[in-house]
Amino acid sequence: MEGHAKKQDESLVKLKVLFFARARDITGLSEFPLEISLGSTTNDCLKKLLIKFPGLEEIRECIALALNEEYATDSSIVKDRDELAIIPPISGG
Amino acid sequence: MESVAWDTDVSRILAELESLRDTKSVIEQRILALEAQLREINLRNEVSNCDSCSPTSVLDSNSPNGLSRDAIYRYSRQLLLPSFGVEGQANLLKSSILVVGAGGLGSPALLYLAASGVGRLGIVDHDLVELSNMHRQVIHTESYIGQPKVKSAAAACLKINSTVQIVEHKEALRASNALQILNQYDIIIDATDNAPSRYMISDSCVVLGKPLVSGAALGLEGQLTVYNYKGGPCYRCLFPTPPPTTACQRCADSGVLGVVPGVIGCLQALEAIKIASAVGESLSGRMLLFDALSARIRIVKIRGRSLQCEVCGENSTFTQQHFREFDYEKFTQTPLTVPPLKLNLLPVESRISSNQYSEIISKKEPHVLVDVRPSHHFKIVSLPKSLSIPLSTLEARLPEISSAIRKEEDDVEVASGSSVQLYVVCRRGNDSQLAVQYLQKMGFASAKDIIGGLESWSKDVDPNFATY
Repeated sequence: MEGHAKKQDESLVKLKVLFFARARDITGLSEFPLEISLGSTTNDCLKKLLIKFPGLEEIRECIALALNEEYATDSSIVKDRDELAIIPPISGG
Repeated sequence: MESVAWDTDVSRILAELESLRDTKSVIEQRILALEAQLREINLRNEVSNCDSCSPTSVLDSNSPNGLSRDAIYRYSRQLLLPSFGVEGQANLLKSSILVVGAGGLGSPALLYLAASGVGRLGIVDHDLVELSNMHRQVIHTESYIGQPKVKSAAAACLKINSTVQIVEHKEALRASNALQILNQYDIIIDATDNAPSRYMISDSCVVLGKPLVSGAALGLEGQLTVYNYKGGPCYRCLFPTPPPTTACQRCADSGVLGVVPGVIGCLQALEAIKIASAVGESLSGRMLLFDALSARIRIVKIRGRSLQCEVCGENSTFTQQHFREFDYEKFTQTPLTVPPLKLNLLPVESRISSNQYSEIISKKEPHVLVDVRPSHHFKIVSLPKSLSIPLSTLEARLPEISSAIRKEEDDVEVASGSSVQLYVVCRRGNDSQLAVQYLQKMGFASAKDIIGGLESWSKDVDPNFATY
Protein backbone atom coordinates (compact mmCIF):
# COMPACT_ATOMS: atom_id res chain seq x y z
CA MET A 1 0.00 0.00 0.00
CA GLU A 2 2.72 2.37 1.05
CA GLY A 3 4.72 1.60 -2.07
CA HIS A 4 1.65 2.22 -4.22
CA ALA A 5 0.98 5.61 -2.60
CA LYS A 6 4.57 6.63 -3.15
CA LYS A 7 4.41 5.61 -6.78
CA GLN A 8 1.26 7.68 -7.27
CA ASP A 9 2.98 10.74 -5.79
CA GLU A 10 5.86 10.39 -8.17
CA SER A 11 3.56 10.36 -11.16
CA LEU A 12 2.14 13.75 -10.17
CA VAL A 13 3.71 17.18 -10.12
CA LYS A 14 2.46 19.96 -7.88
CA LEU A 15 2.38 23.51 -9.21
CA LYS A 16 1.47 26.88 -7.87
CA VAL A 17 -0.76 28.71 -10.34
CA LEU A 18 -0.73 32.51 -10.01
CA PHE A 19 -3.78 34.41 -11.28
CA PHE A 20 -3.56 38.06 -12.29
CA ALA A 21 -6.07 40.76 -13.25
CA ARG A 22 -9.28 39.36 -14.82
CA ALA A 23 -8.17 35.78 -14.05
CA ARG A 24 -8.15 36.75 -10.38
CA ASP A 25 -11.68 38.20 -10.62
CA ILE A 26 -13.01 35.11 -12.38
CA THR A 27 -11.50 32.55 -10.00
CA GLY A 28 -11.71 34.70 -6.88
CA LEU A 29 -8.17 33.53 -6.10
CA SER A 30 -4.69 34.96 -6.49
CA GLU A 31 -3.09 31.52 -6.38
CA PHE A 32 -4.19 27.93 -6.68
CA PRO A 33 -2.34 24.64 -6.05
CA LEU A 34 -2.58 22.37 -9.09
CA GLU A 35 -1.67 18.67 -9.26
CA ILE A 36 -1.09 17.24 -12.70
CA SER A 37 0.53 14.13 -14.11
CA LEU A 38 4.25 14.03 -14.77
CA GLY A 39 5.23 15.23 -18.24
CA SER A 40 2.24 17.55 -18.64
CA THR A 41 2.53 20.79 -20.58
CA THR A 42 1.31 24.27 -19.64
CA ASN A 43 -1.54 23.66 -22.09
CA ASP A 44 -2.54 20.53 -20.10
CA CYS A 45 -2.51 22.72 -16.97
CA LEU A 46 -4.77 25.27 -18.67
CA LYS A 47 -7.21 22.55 -19.73
CA LYS A 48 -7.38 21.31 -16.15
CA LEU A 49 -7.86 24.85 -14.84
CA LEU A 50 -10.69 25.43 -17.34
CA ILE A 51 -12.53 22.42 -15.92
CA LYS A 52 -12.06 23.71 -12.38
CA PHE A 53 -12.85 27.34 -13.35
CA PRO A 54 -15.03 27.33 -16.51
CA GLY A 55 -15.22 31.15 -16.37
CA LEU A 56 -11.58 31.31 -17.51
CA GLU A 57 -12.78 30.36 -21.02
CA GLU A 58 -13.59 34.07 -21.46
CA ILE A 59 -9.89 35.01 -21.47
CA ARG A 60 -8.39 31.76 -22.84
CA GLU A 61 -7.37 33.45 -26.11
CA CYS A 62 -5.75 36.50 -24.58
CA ILE A 63 -3.38 35.55 -21.80
CA ALA A 64 0.38 35.61 -21.50
CA LEU A 65 1.94 32.68 -19.64
CA ALA A 66 5.06 32.68 -17.49
CA LEU A 67 6.63 29.61 -15.92
CA ASN A 68 8.89 30.47 -12.98
CA GLU A 69 8.94 34.06 -14.22
CA GLU A 70 10.28 32.87 -17.60
CA TYR A 71 8.38 32.96 -20.89
CA ALA A 72 6.39 29.79 -21.52
CA THR A 73 4.61 28.45 -24.59
CA ASP A 74 1.60 26.12 -24.56
CA SER A 75 3.94 23.16 -24.95
CA SER A 76 6.40 23.93 -22.13
CA ILE A 77 6.71 20.92 -19.79
CA VAL A 78 5.89 21.70 -16.17
CA LYS A 79 7.91 20.36 -13.25
CA ASP A 80 7.22 19.81 -9.58
CA ARG A 81 7.00 23.08 -7.59
CA ASP A 82 6.86 25.24 -10.72
CA GLU A 83 5.03 28.56 -10.61
CA LEU A 84 2.69 29.12 -13.55
CA ALA A 85 1.49 32.72 -13.98
CA ILE A 86 -1.71 33.42 -15.94
CA ILE A 87 -1.52 37.03 -17.14
CA PRO A 88 -4.43 38.63 -19.01
CA PRO A 89 -3.81 42.21 -20.16
CA ILE A 90 -5.18 45.15 -18.15
CA SER A 91 -6.40 48.11 -20.21
CA GLY A 92 -7.33 50.57 -17.47
CA GLY A 93 -5.45 53.72 -16.58
CA MET B 1 -36.50 84.19 12.40
CA GLU B 2 -33.05 82.82 13.16
CA SER B 3 -33.25 80.35 10.31
CA VAL B 4 -34.21 83.10 7.85
CA ALA B 5 -31.15 85.14 8.87
CA TRP B 6 -29.00 82.05 8.51
CA ASP B 7 -30.39 81.37 5.03
CA THR B 8 -29.68 84.93 3.87
CA ASP B 9 -26.13 84.65 5.23
CA VAL B 10 -25.52 81.45 3.34
CA SER B 11 -26.90 82.75 0.07
CA ARG B 12 -24.90 85.98 0.37
CA ILE B 13 -21.68 84.01 0.97
CA LEU B 14 -22.45 81.65 -1.90
CA ALA B 15 -23.14 84.57 -4.26
CA GLU B 16 -19.91 86.30 -3.30
CA LEU B 17 -17.93 83.07 -3.66
CA GLU B 18 -19.32 82.57 -7.13
CA SER B 19 -18.47 86.08 -8.24
CA LEU B 20 -14.94 85.80 -6.78
CA ARG B 21 -14.42 82.47 -8.56
CA ASP B 22 -15.50 84.02 -11.85
CA THR B 23 -13.03 86.87 -11.39
CA LYS B 24 -10.30 84.41 -10.38
CA SER B 25 -10.90 82.35 -13.50
CA VAL B 26 -10.65 85.44 -15.72
CA ILE B 27 -7.37 86.43 -14.02
CA GLU B 28 -5.98 82.91 -14.36
CA GLN B 29 -6.83 82.79 -18.06
CA ARG B 30 -5.03 86.11 -18.52
CA ILE B 31 -1.95 84.87 -16.62
CA LEU B 32 -1.80 81.75 -18.78
CA ALA B 33 -2.13 83.79 -21.97
CA LEU B 34 0.61 86.21 -20.88
CA GLU B 35 2.90 83.34 -19.83
CA ALA B 36 2.39 81.72 -23.22
CA GLN B 37 3.21 85.03 -24.97
CA LEU B 38 6.35 85.41 -22.87
CA ARG B 39 7.52 81.89 -23.68
CA GLU B 40 6.95 82.57 -27.35
CA ILE B 41 9.06 85.75 -27.20
CA ASN B 42 11.85 84.04 -25.22
CA LEU B 43 11.85 81.17 -27.65
CA ARG B 44 12.19 83.50 -30.64
CA ASN B 45 15.09 85.35 -29.00
CA GLU B 46 16.88 82.12 -28.20
CA VAL B 47 16.50 80.85 -31.72
CA SER B 48 17.94 84.08 -33.11
CA ASN B 49 20.75 84.20 -30.53
CA CYS B 50 21.76 80.60 -30.49
CA ASP B 51 23.58 78.82 -33.31
CA SER B 52 22.47 75.34 -32.34
CA CYS B 53 18.83 76.53 -32.42
CA SER B 54 17.97 74.41 -29.41
CA PRO B 55 14.32 74.68 -28.44
CA THR B 56 15.11 75.53 -24.84
CA SER B 57 17.41 77.82 -22.92
CA VAL B 58 19.05 74.93 -21.11
CA LEU B 59 21.37 73.78 -23.84
CA ASP B 60 24.24 76.23 -24.16
CA SER B 61 26.62 75.81 -27.08
CA ASN B 62 29.23 78.03 -25.40
CA SER B 63 29.47 75.81 -22.34
CA PRO B 64 31.89 72.83 -22.70
CA ASN B 65 29.25 70.26 -21.77
CA GLY B 66 26.42 72.01 -23.55
CA LEU B 67 24.47 72.81 -20.35
CA SER B 68 23.61 76.35 -19.25
CA ARG B 69 24.38 77.58 -15.74
CA ASP B 70 20.72 77.29 -14.70
CA ALA B 71 20.40 73.83 -16.19
CA ILE B 72 23.49 72.65 -14.27
CA TYR B 73 21.98 73.82 -11.01
CA ARG B 74 18.44 72.60 -11.75
CA TYR B 75 19.57 69.10 -12.75
CA SER B 76 22.60 68.96 -10.43
CA ARG B 77 21.34 65.90 -8.50
CA GLN B 78 20.97 63.96 -11.73
CA LEU B 79 24.34 65.18 -13.05
CA LEU B 80 25.93 63.86 -9.84
CA LEU B 81 24.78 60.32 -10.68
CA PRO B 82 27.79 58.61 -12.27
CA SER B 83 25.56 56.33 -14.36
CA PHE B 84 23.44 59.25 -15.62
CA GLY B 85 25.62 62.36 -15.48
CA VAL B 86 26.04 65.10 -18.05
CA GLU B 87 25.65 62.75 -20.99
CA GLY B 88 22.41 61.29 -19.74
CA GLN B 89 21.01 64.74 -19.02
CA ALA B 90 22.10 66.14 -22.38
CA ASN B 91 20.47 63.21 -24.18
CA LEU B 92 17.27 63.75 -22.19
CA LEU B 93 17.22 67.47 -22.97
CA LYS B 94 17.46 66.69 -26.68
CA SER B 95 14.69 64.07 -26.57
CA SER B 96 10.98 64.34 -27.20
CA ILE B 97 8.38 62.18 -25.46
CA LEU B 98 4.64 61.88 -26.12
CA VAL B 99 2.27 60.89 -23.31
CA VAL B 100 -1.08 59.63 -24.61
CA GLY B 101 -3.63 60.19 -21.85
CA ALA B 102 -3.39 62.75 -19.03
CA GLY B 103 -5.24 60.55 -16.52
CA GLY B 104 -4.17 58.29 -13.66
CA LEU B 105 -1.04 57.01 -15.43
CA GLY B 106 -0.24 60.14 -17.42
CA SER B 107 -0.42 62.49 -14.43
CA PRO B 108 2.65 61.29 -12.52
CA ALA B 109 4.45 60.36 -15.75
CA LEU B 110 4.09 63.92 -17.08
CA LEU B 111 5.09 65.55 -13.79
CA TYR B 112 8.31 63.54 -13.56
CA LEU B 113 9.15 63.87 -17.24
CA ALA B 114 8.76 67.65 -17.06
CA ALA B 115 10.73 67.83 -13.82
CA SER B 116 13.59 65.67 -15.07
CA GLY B 117 14.16 67.82 -18.14
CA VAL B 118 12.77 66.17 -21.26
CA GLY B 119 13.33 68.60 -24.14
CA ARG B 120 9.88 68.45 -25.65
CA LEU B 121 6.87 66.85 -23.99
CA GLY B 122 3.62 66.18 -25.87
CA ILE B 123 0.26 65.50 -24.21
CA VAL B 124 -2.72 63.93 -26.00
CA ASP B 125 -6.15 63.95 -24.35
CA HIS B 126 -9.62 65.01 -25.47
CA ASP B 127 -11.24 64.84 -22.03
CA LEU B 128 -12.18 67.40 -19.39
CA VAL B 129 -11.11 67.39 -15.74
CA GLU B 130 -13.80 65.94 -13.42
CA LEU B 131 -14.13 65.74 -9.64
CA SER B 132 -13.99 61.92 -9.79
CA ASN B 133 -10.52 62.18 -11.42
CA MET B 134 -8.87 64.04 -8.56
CA HIS B 135 -8.09 61.03 -6.33
CA ARG B 136 -5.63 59.61 -8.87
CA GLN B 137 -5.02 62.17 -11.61
CA VAL B 138 -2.74 64.20 -9.37
CA ILE B 139 -1.56 66.60 -12.08
CA HIS B 140 -4.97 68.33 -12.10
CA THR B 141 -6.26 70.69 -9.45
CA GLU B 142 -9.82 71.53 -8.41
CA SER B 143 -9.70 74.90 -10.15
CA TYR B 144 -9.44 73.10 -13.53
CA ILE B 145 -12.62 71.04 -13.14
CA GLY B 146 -14.55 71.34 -16.40
CA GLN B 147 -11.49 72.46 -18.38
CA PRO B 148 -9.47 70.37 -20.86
CA LYS B 149 -7.03 67.94 -19.26
CA VAL B 150 -4.25 68.88 -21.70
CA LYS B 151 -4.52 72.50 -20.66
CA SER B 152 -4.47 71.67 -16.96
CA ALA B 153 -1.58 69.19 -17.37
CA ALA B 154 0.47 71.60 -19.50
CA ALA B 155 0.07 74.38 -16.92
CA ALA B 156 1.13 72.04 -14.10
CA CYS B 157 4.22 70.85 -16.01
CA LEU B 158 5.28 74.42 -16.77
CA LYS B 159 4.88 75.39 -13.12
CA ILE B 160 7.47 72.74 -12.27
CA ASN B 161 9.80 73.38 -15.18
CA SER B 162 9.23 76.38 -17.43
CA THR B 163 12.22 75.41 -19.61
CA VAL B 164 10.49 72.33 -21.01
CA GLN B 165 8.62 72.73 -24.29
CA ILE B 166 5.09 71.45 -23.81
CA VAL B 167 2.88 70.60 -26.79
CA GLU B 168 -0.87 70.26 -26.26
CA HIS B 169 -2.78 67.88 -28.52
CA LYS B 170 -6.37 68.46 -27.45
CA GLU B 171 -7.95 65.69 -29.47
CA ALA B 172 -8.75 62.01 -29.24
CA LEU B 173 -6.11 59.79 -30.82
CA ARG B 174 -7.58 58.02 -33.86
CA ALA B 175 -6.19 55.94 -36.71
CA SER B 176 -6.58 59.05 -38.89
CA ASN B 177 -4.37 61.37 -36.78
CA ALA B 178 -2.17 58.95 -34.77
CA LEU B 179 0.73 58.66 -37.23
CA GLN B 180 0.98 62.39 -37.76
CA ILE B 181 1.02 63.07 -33.98
CA LEU B 182 3.25 60.17 -32.89
CA ASN B 183 5.76 60.84 -35.64
CA GLN B 184 6.76 64.13 -33.98
CA TYR B 185 8.26 62.31 -30.95
CA ASP B 186 11.13 59.93 -30.15
CA ILE B 187 9.38 57.87 -27.47
CA ILE B 188 5.69 57.14 -26.88
CA ILE B 189 4.06 56.50 -23.51
CA ASP B 190 0.72 54.67 -23.54
CA ALA B 191 -1.21 56.02 -20.56
CA THR B 192 -4.67 55.35 -22.03
CA ASP B 193 -7.52 53.43 -20.46
CA ASN B 194 -8.97 51.21 -23.18
CA ALA B 195 -8.13 48.23 -25.39
CA PRO B 196 -8.60 49.77 -28.88
CA SER B 197 -6.22 52.65 -28.02
CA ARG B 198 -3.62 50.15 -26.81
CA TYR B 199 -3.66 48.20 -30.10
CA MET B 200 -3.75 51.41 -32.12
CA ILE B 201 -0.79 52.98 -30.30
CA SER B 202 1.27 49.78 -30.48
CA ASP B 203 0.59 49.35 -34.21
CA SER B 204 1.51 52.94 -34.99
CA CYS B 205 4.73 52.61 -32.98
CA VAL B 206 5.62 49.56 -35.09
CA VAL B 207 4.80 51.35 -38.34
CA LEU B 208 6.84 54.40 -37.29
CA GLY B 209 9.61 52.46 -35.51
CA LYS B 210 9.16 54.15 -32.13
CA PRO B 211 9.73 52.59 -28.69
CA LEU B 212 6.54 52.30 -26.63
CA VAL B 213 6.41 52.43 -22.82
CA SER B 214 3.11 50.79 -21.97
CA GLY B 215 1.49 50.92 -18.54
CA ALA B 216 -1.92 49.90 -17.25
CA ALA B 217 -3.66 49.88 -13.89
CA LEU B 218 -6.99 48.71 -12.56
CA GLY B 219 -8.28 48.02 -9.09
CA LEU B 220 -5.20 47.11 -7.09
CA GLU B 221 -3.03 45.80 -9.91
CA GLY B 222 -0.71 47.32 -12.47
CA GLN B 223 1.26 46.15 -15.51
CA LEU B 224 4.25 47.73 -17.21
CA THR B 225 6.45 46.85 -20.16
CA VAL B 226 8.35 48.34 -23.11
CA TYR B 227 7.29 47.32 -26.62
CA ASN B 228 8.88 47.58 -30.03
CA TYR B 229 12.30 48.44 -28.68
CA LYS B 230 15.62 46.95 -29.81
CA GLY B 231 14.03 43.97 -31.53
CA GLY B 232 11.59 43.25 -28.69
CA PRO B 233 7.94 42.26 -29.09
CA CYS B 234 4.99 44.55 -29.79
CA TYR B 235 1.64 44.49 -27.98
CA ARG B 236 0.16 42.20 -30.67
CA CYS B 237 3.02 39.67 -30.35
CA LEU B 238 1.90 39.20 -26.77
CA PHE B 239 -1.85 39.58 -27.20
CA PRO B 240 -2.73 38.83 -30.86
CA THR B 241 -6.39 38.34 -29.92
CA PRO B 242 -8.09 41.22 -28.13
CA PRO B 243 -9.83 40.37 -24.87
CA PRO B 244 -13.64 40.08 -25.05
CA THR B 245 -15.48 43.22 -23.98
CA THR B 246 -16.60 41.49 -20.77
CA ALA B 247 -12.94 41.21 -19.74
CA CYS B 248 -12.15 44.86 -20.49
CA GLN B 249 -12.89 46.61 -17.26
CA ARG B 250 -12.74 50.33 -16.75
CA CYS B 251 -11.77 52.29 -13.64
CA ALA B 252 -15.21 53.95 -13.84
CA ASP B 253 -16.88 50.55 -13.33
CA SER B 254 -14.40 48.45 -11.39
CA GLY B 255 -12.72 51.13 -9.33
CA VAL B 256 -9.04 51.83 -8.81
CA LEU B 257 -7.02 52.87 -5.77
CA GLY B 258 -5.46 56.20 -6.71
CA VAL B 259 -1.87 55.39 -5.88
CA VAL B 260 -1.84 52.23 -8.06
CA PRO B 261 -1.79 54.05 -11.44
CA GLY B 262 0.48 56.54 -9.66
CA VAL B 263 3.11 53.85 -9.09
CA ILE B 264 2.85 52.55 -12.67
CA GLY B 265 2.88 56.06 -14.16
CA CYS B 266 6.07 56.90 -12.24
CA LEU B 267 7.68 53.71 -13.54
CA GLN B 268 6.61 54.63 -17.08
CA ALA B 269 8.38 57.97 -16.71
CA LEU B 270 11.45 56.10 -15.44
CA GLU B 271 11.53 53.68 -18.40
CA ALA B 272 11.05 56.55 -20.86
CA ILE B 273 13.85 58.56 -19.21
CA LYS B 274 16.18 55.54 -19.38
CA ILE B 275 15.48 55.09 -23.09
CA ALA B 276 15.76 58.82 -23.85
CA SER B 277 19.02 59.26 -21.97
CA ALA B 278 20.41 55.91 -23.17
CA VAL B 279 21.18 54.54 -19.71
CA GLY B 280 20.48 51.20 -18.02
CA GLU B 281 18.49 48.21 -19.15
CA SER B 282 14.90 48.65 -20.29
CA LEU B 283 11.94 46.40 -19.48
CA SER B 284 11.76 45.26 -23.11
CA GLY B 285 11.04 41.51 -23.16
CA ARG B 286 9.94 41.59 -19.55
CA MET B 287 6.70 42.60 -17.86
CA LEU B 288 6.41 44.11 -14.40
CA LEU B 289 3.31 43.01 -12.49
CA PHE B 290 2.40 45.14 -9.49
CA ASP B 291 0.08 43.72 -6.86
CA ALA B 292 -0.73 46.47 -4.37
CA LEU B 293 -2.80 44.38 -1.97
CA SER B 294 -0.10 41.82 -1.26
CA ALA B 295 2.76 44.34 -1.73
CA ARG B 296 4.41 42.24 -4.45
CA ILE B 297 6.19 43.23 -7.62
CA ARG B 298 6.97 40.40 -10.02
CA ILE B 299 8.95 40.76 -13.20
CA VAL B 300 8.32 37.97 -15.68
CA LYS B 301 10.03 37.33 -18.99
CA ILE B 302 7.61 37.63 -21.87
CA ARG B 303 7.87 36.27 -25.39
CA GLY B 304 10.20 37.85 -27.92
CA ARG B 305 9.06 39.32 -31.23
CA SER B 306 6.69 36.88 -32.92
CA LEU B 307 7.70 35.97 -36.46
CA GLN B 308 4.01 35.43 -37.16
CA CYS B 309 2.91 38.75 -35.71
CA GLU B 310 0.41 40.38 -38.07
CA VAL B 311 1.97 43.79 -37.55
CA CYS B 312 5.67 43.40 -36.71
CA GLY B 313 6.28 39.80 -37.92
CA GLU B 314 8.56 38.61 -40.74
CA ASN B 315 5.91 38.52 -43.43
CA SER B 316 3.80 41.37 -42.17
CA THR B 317 2.35 43.61 -44.84
CA PHE B 318 0.99 46.08 -42.34
CA THR B 319 1.81 49.54 -43.71
CA GLN B 320 0.90 53.09 -42.77
CA GLN B 321 -1.96 52.83 -45.23
CA HIS B 322 -3.27 49.64 -43.54
CA PHE B 323 -2.96 51.37 -40.21
CA ARG B 324 -5.06 54.35 -41.26
CA GLU B 325 -7.79 52.05 -42.56
CA PHE B 326 -7.77 49.58 -39.65
CA ASP B 327 -10.95 49.64 -37.56
CA TYR B 328 -9.70 49.37 -33.98
CA GLU B 329 -13.15 49.74 -32.47
CA LYS B 330 -14.46 46.81 -34.51
CA PHE B 331 -11.32 44.72 -33.81
CA THR B 332 -11.69 45.07 -30.04
CA GLN B 333 -15.48 45.56 -30.10
CA THR B 334 -14.91 48.55 -27.83
CA PRO B 335 -15.35 52.23 -28.65
CA LEU B 336 -12.17 54.37 -28.55
CA THR B 337 -13.77 57.09 -26.52
CA VAL B 338 -15.78 55.32 -23.93
CA PRO B 339 -19.39 56.36 -23.59
CA PRO B 340 -20.99 54.13 -20.97
CA LEU B 341 -22.77 51.08 -22.35
CA LYS B 342 -26.48 51.64 -23.05
CA LEU B 343 -28.48 48.44 -23.33
CA ASN B 344 -31.98 48.45 -24.71
CA LEU B 345 -33.48 45.09 -23.88
CA LEU B 346 -36.97 45.87 -22.66
CA PRO B 347 -40.13 47.11 -24.38
CA VAL B 348 -41.22 50.63 -23.37
CA GLU B 349 -44.11 49.29 -21.29
CA SER B 350 -41.61 47.51 -19.04
CA ARG B 351 -39.74 50.71 -18.26
CA ILE B 352 -40.41 53.93 -16.35
CA SER B 353 -38.45 57.16 -16.17
CA SER B 354 -36.96 58.49 -12.95
CA ASN B 355 -39.54 61.31 -13.06
CA GLN B 356 -42.35 58.75 -13.24
CA TYR B 357 -40.85 56.96 -10.25
CA SER B 358 -40.70 60.25 -8.40
CA GLU B 359 -44.47 60.66 -8.96
CA ILE B 360 -45.07 57.12 -7.75
CA ILE B 361 -43.33 58.05 -4.48
CA SER B 362 -45.21 61.32 -4.02
CA LYS B 363 -48.56 59.63 -4.75
CA LYS B 364 -47.59 56.92 -2.26
CA GLU B 365 -48.45 54.21 -4.76
CA PRO B 366 -47.78 50.79 -3.25
CA HIS B 367 -44.59 49.30 -4.65
CA VAL B 368 -41.31 47.55 -3.94
CA LEU B 369 -38.03 48.94 -5.31
CA VAL B 370 -35.21 46.44 -5.80
CA ASP B 371 -31.67 47.80 -6.24
CA VAL B 372 -29.58 45.24 -8.15
CA ARG B 373 -26.18 46.92 -7.85
CA PRO B 374 -23.38 45.08 -6.01
CA SER B 375 -23.63 45.59 -2.25
CA HIS B 376 -20.49 47.79 -2.06
CA HIS B 377 -22.19 50.16 -4.53
CA PHE B 378 -25.37 50.16 -2.41
CA LYS B 379 -23.27 51.28 0.57
CA ILE B 380 -22.10 54.36 -1.36
CA VAL B 381 -25.56 55.77 -1.96
CA SER B 382 -29.12 54.40 -2.37
CA LEU B 383 -32.74 55.45 -2.68
CA PRO B 384 -34.84 55.36 0.50
CA LYS B 385 -36.65 52.08 1.17
CA SER B 386 -34.91 50.30 -1.69
CA LEU B 387 -34.16 46.63 -1.19
CA SER B 388 -30.56 45.65 -1.99
CA ILE B 389 -30.44 42.42 -3.98
CA PRO B 390 -27.33 42.35 -6.21
CA LEU B 391 -27.96 40.96 -9.71
CA SER B 392 -25.55 38.07 -9.05
CA THR B 393 -27.70 36.88 -6.11
CA LEU B 394 -31.11 37.58 -7.66
CA GLU B 395 -31.84 33.97 -8.54
CA ALA B 396 -31.40 32.79 -4.95
CA ARG B 397 -33.24 35.72 -3.35
CA LEU B 398 -36.54 35.73 -5.25
CA PRO B 399 -38.45 34.72 -2.09
CA GLU B 400 -37.28 37.97 -0.44
CA ILE B 401 -38.93 39.94 -3.23
CA SER B 402 -42.17 37.96 -2.89
CA SER B 403 -42.28 38.56 0.84
CA ALA B 404 -41.48 42.27 0.42
CA ILE B 405 -44.43 42.53 -1.97
CA ARG B 406 -46.69 40.70 0.49
CA LYS B 407 -45.57 42.97 3.33
CA GLU B 408 -46.31 46.05 1.22
CA GLU B 409 -49.79 44.64 0.48
CA ASP B 410 -50.39 44.22 4.22
CA ASP B 411 -48.91 47.60 5.21
CA VAL B 412 -50.65 49.72 2.63
CA GLU B 413 -54.34 49.63 1.93
CA VAL B 414 -54.11 48.44 -1.63
CA ALA B 415 -57.06 49.88 -3.49
CA SER B 416 -59.17 47.30 -5.28
CA GLY B 417 -58.11 46.80 -8.87
CA SER B 418 -54.55 47.94 -8.27
CA SER B 419 -51.68 45.90 -6.97
CA VAL B 420 -48.22 46.37 -5.53
CA GLN B 421 -45.82 47.21 -8.34
CA LEU B 422 -42.25 45.93 -8.60
CA TYR B 423 -39.52 48.30 -9.82
CA VAL B 424 -35.85 47.62 -10.36
CA VAL B 425 -33.02 50.15 -10.31
CA CYS B 426 -29.24 50.02 -10.85
CA ARG B 427 -26.49 52.56 -11.50
CA ARG B 428 -27.09 53.36 -15.17
CA GLY B 429 -30.09 51.28 -16.26
CA ASN B 430 -28.34 48.27 -17.84
CA ASP B 431 -28.31 45.63 -15.11
CA SER B 432 -31.85 46.64 -14.14
CA GLN B 433 -33.04 45.53 -17.60
CA LEU B 434 -31.33 42.16 -17.26
CA ALA B 435 -32.94 41.80 -13.84
CA VAL B 436 -36.42 42.68 -15.17
CA GLN B 437 -36.03 40.18 -18.02
CA TYR B 438 -35.24 37.49 -15.47
CA LEU B 439 -37.97 38.54 -13.02
CA GLN B 440 -40.62 38.53 -15.75
CA LYS B 441 -39.52 35.04 -16.75
CA MET B 442 -39.81 33.93 -13.11
CA GLY B 443 -43.41 35.12 -12.75
CA PHE B 444 -43.04 38.77 -11.75
CA ALA B 445 -44.86 39.77 -14.92
CA SER B 446 -45.31 43.44 -14.05
CA ALA B 447 -41.67 44.14 -13.10
CA LYS B 448 -40.34 47.38 -14.62
CA ASP B 449 -36.97 49.09 -14.52
CA ILE B 450 -36.03 52.74 -14.05
CA ILE B 451 -34.51 54.08 -17.28
CA GLY B 452 -31.00 55.43 -16.77
CA GLY B 453 -30.83 54.18 -13.18
CA LEU B 454 -29.67 56.28 -10.26
CA GLU B 455 -27.69 58.52 -12.62
CA SER B 456 -30.94 59.70 -14.20
CA TRP B 457 -32.49 60.08 -10.75
CA SER B 458 -29.70 62.47 -9.84
CA LYS B 459 -29.86 64.24 -13.21
CA ASP B 460 -33.62 64.57 -13.64
CA VAL B 461 -35.18 64.38 -10.16
CA ASP B 462 -32.80 65.13 -7.29
CA PRO B 463 -29.56 66.99 -8.11
CA ASN B 464 -28.46 66.53 -4.50
CA PHE B 465 -28.47 62.77 -4.90
CA ALA B 466 -24.81 61.68 -5.02
CA THR B 467 -23.37 60.18 -8.22
CA TYR B 468 -20.15 58.24 -8.48
